[in-house]
Amino acid sequence: MDATQLLAQTADAVAAADPAGLMPARQQMALSLGWHIILACFGVAFPAIIFAMHLRGIVKQDQVALGLAKRWGKASAVLFAIGAVSGTVLSFEMGLLWPGLMGTFGDVLGLPFAFEGLAFFLEAIFLGIYLYGWGRMPQKLLLLMVVPMAITGVIGTYCVLAVNAWMNAPVGFDIVGGEVVDIEPWAVLFNQHAFLAFAHMWLAAYMVAGFSIAAVYAAGMLKGRRDRHHRLGFMVPFAFATIAALAQPVAGHFLGHDLAERQPAKLAAFEFADETADGATPLTIGGIYIDGEVKWAIEIPYLSSIASLNSFTEPVPGLDQFDEADEPPVNFTHYAFQTMIGIGFLLLGAVLLFWFMRRRKVDLLQNRWFLRFAAVSGLLAVTAMEAGWIATEVGRQPWIVYGVMRTTEAAADHSGALWGVYGASVLLYGGMSIGAIVILRSMARRWRDGAADLPSPYGPRSPLADPDATVRDSTVRDCGDELEDAR
Amino acid sequence: MMTLEFAVAAALFAGVLCYAVLGGADFGSGFHDLTAGGSRRGAPLRTLIDHSIGPVWEANHVWLIYVLVMWWTGFPESFAAAMTTLYVPLVLALGGIVLRGASFAFRKYSETLWQARLFGVVFATSSVLAPFFLGTIAGALASGRVPAGGNGDPWTSWLAPTPLFTGAISVGTCAFLAGTFLTADAARRGQDALAARLRVRSLVVGAVTGAVVFAALIPIERDAPTLWEGLTSRALPVAALSALGGIATLILLWRGRFGIARLTAVVAVAAVMAGWGVGQYPWVLVDQVSIHEGAGAPATLQGLLVAVGIAALIVAPALGYLFYLTQSPQWNGAAEPAKPATVHWSRRLEG
Repeated sequence: MDATQLLAQTADAVAAADPAGLMPARQQMALSLGWHIILACFGVAFPAIIFAMHLRGIVKQDQVALGLAKRWGKASAVLFAIGAVSGTVLSFEMGLLWPGLMGTFGDVLGLPFAFEGLAFFLEAIFLGIYLYGWGRMPQKLLLLMVVPMAITGVIGTYCVLAVNAWMNAPVGFDIVGGEVVDIEPWAVLFNQHAFLAFAHMWLAAYMVAGFSIAAVYAAGMLKGRRDRHHRLGFMVPFAFATIAALAQPVAGHFLGHDLAERQPAKLAAFEFADETADGATPLTIGGIYIDGEVKWAIEIPYLSSIASLNSFTEPVPGLDQFDEADEPPVNFTHYAFQTMIGIGFLLLGAVLLFWFMRRRKVDLLQNRWFLRFAAVSGLLAVTAMEAGWIATEVGRQPWIVYGVMRTTEAAADHSGALWGVYGASVLLYGGMSIGAIVILRSMARRWRDGAADLPSPYGPRSPLADPDATVRDSTVRDCGDELEDAR
Repeated sequence: MMTLEFAVAAALFAGVLCYAVLGGADFGSGFHDLTAGGSRRGAPLRTLIDHSIGPVWEANHVWLIYVLVMWWTGFPESFAAAMTTLYVPLVLALGGIVLRGASFAFRKYSETLWQARLFGVVFATSSVLAPFFLGTIAGALASGRVPAGGNGDPWTSWLAPTPLFTGAISVGTCAFLAGTFLTADAARRGQDALAARLRVRSLVVGAVTGAVVFAALIPIERDAPTLWEGLTSRALPVAALSALGGIATLILLWRGRFGIARLTAVVAVAAVMAGWGVGQYPWVLVDQVSIHEGAGAPATLQGLLVAVGIAALIVAPALGYLFYLTQSPQWNGAAEPAKPATVHWSRRLEG
């Protein structure tokens, strides 16, 4: 059978099970959410990292630190811009793709979004002030402008996670005769899983941003750029990432502690529990779930029950207890979950090793293998976070509001033509990714070449505004954020 | 009249007004960017646009998020109805919003002129298209083309006289606002030649937009009778205010009073928008769902008003501070000392 036949068969199978517009809608959401969440991590964690660097620069009169803070501010301008627009996409998609969810539960889940919007508003305002305030405001006042951004990052993350936690463990309403009644929006905002889900994601944001920024300087050191600039640029974000990586297993463990009661099918998929064991469930590594059975897997006794139930005797409820229509895609959920856990522990081990060796007066930044690892640690952290989101979101299927509304009921009545929109989105996000990479790399290169500021190629001091040129606007003045260079 | 759902609807519409004025001025700068001319001739104007909207565009953009969140939380079913009907202009507007935001940021830090040109064209074109499609959405709602149950016709719901006119009006008001703001910015920064160019542009754009607004009244009478009825009764004073504001702006621009012209331009555009809102009151979806019928749970509406109250207390002063800074002399190069006559590195690179 060739690939097209296989594809056609798969398409038929999908069509038979679900409306034609469901799969493209889910892929569309996965693409836009998965892309935005990376930028959101920088939006949440980058301000605090910049703050630490900027503070160091002011307190210790450290020009290298000030220079780094300023560059990071400019880099974050690019990241925040594409983060802001990709976040807007999600607001639209909530309605465009899931009108059934928003029409039915809009007034249940909406309040946290209102506060998230408020937080984002403040973040955008202070970002504007911080970025354009360099050279125009006293340094200490400028530094203060970062504080609101770090705080709003916390609030914004909390609010978004409150909605997501609600989708996994819905509260704050009743359904009587098919109508949603007794709506308590504050119960949604302060639902009991919101805090744990927030802690897990907030730490993930610091891991993604911290490791990614540190990775840039690790790559630089690998290329022989061994100055204080690179060392400091590595150490500060790496310190943030270290704390987050150390706390993350604890936060993740507490988030999952009652999963067996809350979403047993998700837990069964995470743990590859094909049937309820007689006694403690072993941890399953590798293998594949086919026809209701896990095959070719390695089992480590007790570990699954200990990790997910804090018990040496209780079994994880097996997938055989659930109707097939209520099960998530098991293999995908399981591997996403284990990818997250595996990378999380790998990063944890790496930071422990680094600080342990440092205490023993061994600097791992002199070790090329450690630097190579550090240079990919950002990608690893991103992968772990994406895998975690896949695990929790795919693991929630077939529900969009767990136990209340199925994803099929929430989807819009679109045809398979939605794949066309998805294809356009792939191009759009691909283009934005390439644009961001090209621009950020070119910024770094120009900085290395000694440019303190990055005037636009059509700016007042570009050849376009050349005094010897024939056409010239004689009143062109300096563009403000290039002021410092001129001084 | 002053019910809970009315208060939420008013807060929602206040967001629409703010987005139309503040976000609109950002969008409109794209029109001027697009028509600024070649690389050399357009350079001063494009630099001014970078400087003017750079610090504020992200904050101004959040008004759209505010509007969407207030809508789906306060009036969830009408939101779903609009989303399942108007998805074509919504997706196109969204594409424009994404492209313009990303390429604006990319252009600012472009290294080479061709990169800046590429991102500049994308930024400018999408800045014109996005408000057009957002305008058609407003027109579709106002002319009663979104059925209460949703899933209306994806094409005839917005490819119709009223929506197309509102789309054009939207592009025009954005360009008019941006032109007036940019003229004042250029004058404040002492760029007199640029200010003179922008003054002429703003006068032309203002006159054309005013003409389009009045021309739109002709099809609206037939095409959107409910809106027409509101416009000719309740909303008449607002419509008159809008006309006055527009004429005053043109006169002020003509006489070179650029600072005050910004104020009257804002009044004119806000009044056009308010005319729509007052005109279609009490409908959320005209002829289909009223504010009262469409409202979500009372507890949620109360919560939304709490959020709005907090926003008024915290966001408004912060936003005011940002706008104050962008208008201050320190941020406009007024206090700048004479530049040393050094050759900039970027010239050496290309030389």
